Amino acid sequence: MAKARIKLPESTKVGDVIEIKTLISHVMETGQRKDADGKPIPRSIINSFQVTFAGQQVFAAELHPGISANPYLSFFMKVPGPGELEFTWVDDAGVRVVEKMKLNVV
Amino acid sequence: MLSSKPDRRKFALGAAASVAMVGLAPALLAQDAGEGWEQTVKKLLGDAKPIEGKVLLDLPEIAENGNTVPFTVSVDSPMSESDNVRTIYIIATANPQPGVATFHFSPLSGKAMVASRMRLARTQDVLAIAELGDGRFLMSKRNVKVTIGGCGG
Repeated sequence: MAKARIKLPESTKVGDVIEIKTLISHVMETGQRKDADGKPIPRSIINSFQVTFAGQQVFAAELHPGISANPYLSFFMKVPGPGELEFTWVDDAGVRVVEKMKLNVV
Repeated sequence: MLSSKPDRRKFALGAAASVAMVGLAPALLAQDAGEGWEQTVKKLLGDAKPIEGKVLLDLPEIAENGNTVPFTVSVDSPMSESDNVRTIYIIATANPQPGVATFHFSPLSGKAMVASRMRLARTQDVLAIAELGDGRFLMSKRNVKVTIGGCGG
């Protein structure tokens, strides 16, 4: 998996509801397709995504082959205070991508 | 390729640590082979009768490219301790595997809204089912006309 991109607001206040946008490159192979020789191409998708803030769950998703390649996810968080967000993507091969980002709370 | 077992264990640990995740099966939308979307919906709802509408599923009326169809799903909820959305399920009724995604919210969510992109194999109805904190369900259906199917079948 390649690098993920995450977009947070530049600055926030306690109590704000902010939108968090994430994008990660991944083929999200459905397992339904066949190669040129007619052999099925094995499924290979990101199946789970989790976001925590200061160790507490914010948002989680289970993804299935119906999610497009290079999964984009946008969701919301009510800012409880300053802290760090941790984003974790896991694919079928068990590969994990973990990104951490500090939230700028003024 | 590793089996999904370690991930599932990790997920269960995360779930135990979070109020919002307690009691949720991690792979509710993962279908058995040949399972139709009706069975998937039945498994989710049990005997509960969903309230129609109230969960807003925003999809294009016509999707030119079924490989990437943008969608937004939301419920107008205060996301408070007593009134909140726990989970939203997205189901594409005519895809080879109807389960698209399951989204879990938490007390930190602030707003029950998610946007992503889905594959649609052909013209079909897409369902959004929201499970509320009090155990009730909301359901909406949107028809999408697909010009070029996704899933590369």
